[in-house]
Amino acid sequence: MEFFRFTHDIPFMRHALKFNIISLITFLLAIFFLWHKGLNLGVDFKGGTVMEIGYNSAANLERVRTAIDTLHLGEYTVQSFGTADTALIRLPLKEGVSSAQLSEQVMGVLKADNADVVQRRVEFVGPQVGKELYQSGALALLLVAIGVIIYLAARFEWRFAVSAITANLHDIVIILGFFAFFQWEFSLPVLAAVLAVLGYSVNESVVIADRIRENFRKMRKASVPHVIDSAITSTISRTVITHLSTQLMVLSMLIFGGEALHYFALALTIGILFGIYSSGLVMAPLVMWLGVSRENLVKPERKKEGLEAEKIMP
Amino acid sequence: MRWKKRASIMNRYPLWKYLIIIVAVALGALYTVPNFFPEVPAIQISSIKATIKVDNALLTRVQGILKNANIEYGDSVVDSVGIKIKMPNNDAQMHGRDVLQAALGDDDYTVALNMLSSTPAWMEHINAKPMALGLDLRGGVHFLLQVDMKGALDKAADRYSTDLRTLMRDKKIQNRGILREGSSVVLRFRDAAARDTARDQIGRSNPELQLTPRGEGDDLQLVASLNPSKQKEIQDNAVTQNMATLRNRVNELGVAEPIVQQAGADRIVVQLPGVQDAAAARRVIGRTATLEIRMVNEEPGVLETALRGQVPFDNDLFRDRDGRPVVVKRQVVLTGDRINDAQPGFTQDTSQPTVNVNLDSVGARIFRDVTRENVGKRMAVMLIERNKAEVITAPVIREEIGGGRVQISGAMTTREANEVALLMRAGALAAPMEIVEERTVGPSLGEEHIKRGFHSVLGGFIVLALFICSYYMVMGLVSATALTVNLVLLIALLSALQATLTLPGIAAIALTLGISIDANVLINERIREELRWGASPHTAIASGYERAWSTILDSNVTNLIAGIALFMLGSGPVRGFAVVHCLGIMTSMFSAVFVSRGLVSVIYGHRKRLEKISIGQVWKPPVETLAANFAAPDGARTHKAEAK
Repeated sequence: MEFFRFTHDIPFMRHALKFNIISLITFLLAIFFLWHKGLNLGVDFKGGTVMEIGYNSAANLERVRTAIDTLHLGEYTVQSFGTADTALIRLPLKEGVSSAQLSEQVMGVLKADNADVVQRRVEFVGPQVGKELYQSGALALLLVAIGVIIYLAARFEWRFAVSAITANLHDIVIILGFFAFFQWEFSLPVLAAVLAVLGYSVNESVVIADRIRENFRKMRKASVPHVIDSAITSTISRTVITHLSTQLMVLSMLIFGGEALHYFALALTIGILFGIYSSGLVMAPLVMWLGVSRENLVKPERKKEGLEAEKIMP
Repeated sequence: MRWKKRASIMNRYPLWKYLIIIVAVALGALYTVPNFFPEVPAIQISSIKATIKVDNALLTRVQGILKNANIEYGDSVVDSVGIKIKMPNNDAQMHGRDVLQAALGDDDYTVALNMLSSTPAWMEHINAKPMALGLDLRGGVHFLLQVDMKGALDKAADRYSTDLRTLMRDKKIQNRGILREGSSVVLRFRDAAARDTARDQIGRSNPELQLTPRGEGDDLQLVASLNPSKQKEIQDNAVTQNMATLRNRVNELGVAEPIVQQAGADRIVVQLPGVQDAAAARRVIGRTATLEIRMVNEEPGVLETALRGQVPFDNDLFRDRDGRPVVVKRQVVLTGDRINDAQPGFTQDTSQPTVNVNLDSVGARIFRDVTRENVGKRMAVMLIERNKAEVITAPVIREEIGGGRVQISGAMTTREANEVALLMRAGALAAPMEIVEERTVGPSLGEEHIKRGFHSVLGGFIVLALFICSYYMVMGLVSATALTVNLVLLIALLSALQATLTLPGIAAIALTLGISIDANVLINERIREELRWGASPHTAIASGYERAWSTILDSNVTNLIAGIALFMLGSGPVRGFAVVHCLGIMTSMFSAVFVSRGLVSVIYGHRKRLEKISIGQVWKPPVETLAANFAAPDGARTHKAEAK
């Protein structure tokens, strides 16, 4: 089996401008939704209480709402969660009422309504903790971006570092855009997924950058766009197979993981799909626009490569 | 240089490399296996009191009790947590618990139900234990408590204002009053001379106070505030003491393996695995006073009638730590939250052991009034544990005690003084706390999480392995085997390190497997490419591995950067994700490159003339288009040179 059979390098760079415009539009759309709708922050970041309750039979959400209404808790939501038997209640933060009292009160009225109800899970996050989690999440994103830039600049060249991080932050923003557009809940596991995607798609850019460098050394007479085209074409098979493999695992999480892993797996799926596109078709044109040339890469690299080969050869 | 190297390649590993692989896989299997032993019911006995240690003597006693009651029991462990005894079945576990609790009493020990892995003892001995499961997988309650640091400083300032008042009186310095203002103390004077003397004296007796003069005319003030190092000391002590208090309270719940841990500068994490009733747990943790001071009823004859069973109205009969009966009035004079500190010490003149208690300003005032009216009577200090009161000590009031500094002395050894001080401290919180985060997971949800996580990993793994095998044939089988080794090593590492596995952690296992296959895809694609260019199979394998290595290294480093950032900044479940992610990246480098190449050399390395590698179909474009349009890989150049 061989999925990819190319007789020619695909002239990706001839269409570089088109790709960049497509990227820019999706990117701007994502930014627009983030600005317009905002992220639907979960209890981890926003603070508040989430209760998961279960019944022996299908949960009657209307009756749950009627019961909770008697407590006058302000803006709360009740929705079914995973199966019909379980429901998720989100309660806002309330001044002066501790989480303990809140969840006990709610369980009290629900028990009075239907003795079958069991409390499966309660999560309460105070406003301060939520804010901190939000800040440390943003800080983690920044740290990863800086770490990656430094590493790539040292291993390759600043043009690659800048292009790779731009391409991958573009992926991240698009994932966030999806979460804003569909108002999916953005929780701690989703943040973990987003950061994992960042590491993962930089990985993609590295593979292509590696090939570009190698091609500069070998294709002495080829033009820069041709070198890049050749690098993308020869790695395309690997890119697709790898992403397919990773996606198989993520798909398994989507199917078997239930509600708890749903958005985590969803964020990864979007990241993987856009990762395929962005590493080749966002990063490579950027490297080209930034004016990469053979001289940037080949001379200092040769020595390094030789040394490494010595070390690694078994 | 390069040419020679290429030509000599036979893809054979030296013996020591095989040995490394065999040892790694064997160790991996050994440390993975405990996760598959089923859990067996067990009983856990732990001490409630800091002064009572659980040791082998107790174990012998416990075994004796079980033997006498004709209850079968299995292996036992004594560790810092307590004694754990494996039981043959659930009935024996329940029965054993009741028998033991009755025999040991519930004053000193808690007897809790627990589940232990049935891992053989020799395995546990080399630390081969199953992974620790997080609360989201085993069910339980998690609290994050915030210690009010300002509250701790306010309490300290309270303490200082009583100290300074005593100092002013002792040194006979005229003043217009001493008041606490936030976390500093303000002293007021009529004239500058008094203020200077006060400043001088305080500087000598309390160098940790920073003194700033304020005001003018006849309202001269001196503001005493704590210097930063003392502030830090007080705050650190507040967290430590609150943790000690929490441990005491948590012990009351009889939870098998509670965790009370500091998190950051001013937070405490409390985790109670297996606890279902979050409300009860919250009440126990949030309680403020477990210590009460009450008056002893010393009317003649009261004790005798009480011992006959007729305790007077509004009185209780208790026994002190030596078993002597004491009748105590119900009215509470003071509660534990009025106690700022209690430390063991010695009297200055006779060097007798004492307990020095420090009350806050409200407590000091009450204490002064009560002692003034009750000189010569006895006062009982009682610790309330598990809804049962015990008289720690019942000293006689010698004189009116003002200023909030109380000294308890008389018939005590140094050890007893230490004990009493500890118990009095344990009843009090050094600073108020509030719950800032709470997560409760029911046991059925925990089991569901384990099941879902396990299915995700297994389902993905099987489909991925099948896909890779069908796409790369024998080389795919090698990759899938390497992936299996990766999974085994990762689980072994997590088990050996006793890292806590959470649901995001399981997700990270799945994701790591999905990402780590990338290394093998890179290698296999490279080999195919070399073959496409007509390289000999041996050369293709060698340069495939070699060329792919630097790419693999680069991409894993970037993944590791993301993992480390998550670890540093994440908390709870996310940290669990990060740990697995980072460890998985490292094991994958080993298995995907080192182990898979070992396998290849076992399969192909010994054949001198290797005609073909089973790596799936390698499609070859017409030679002319190839040369004209593609960059030739290194191996191909060699080949072409040979052909010429």
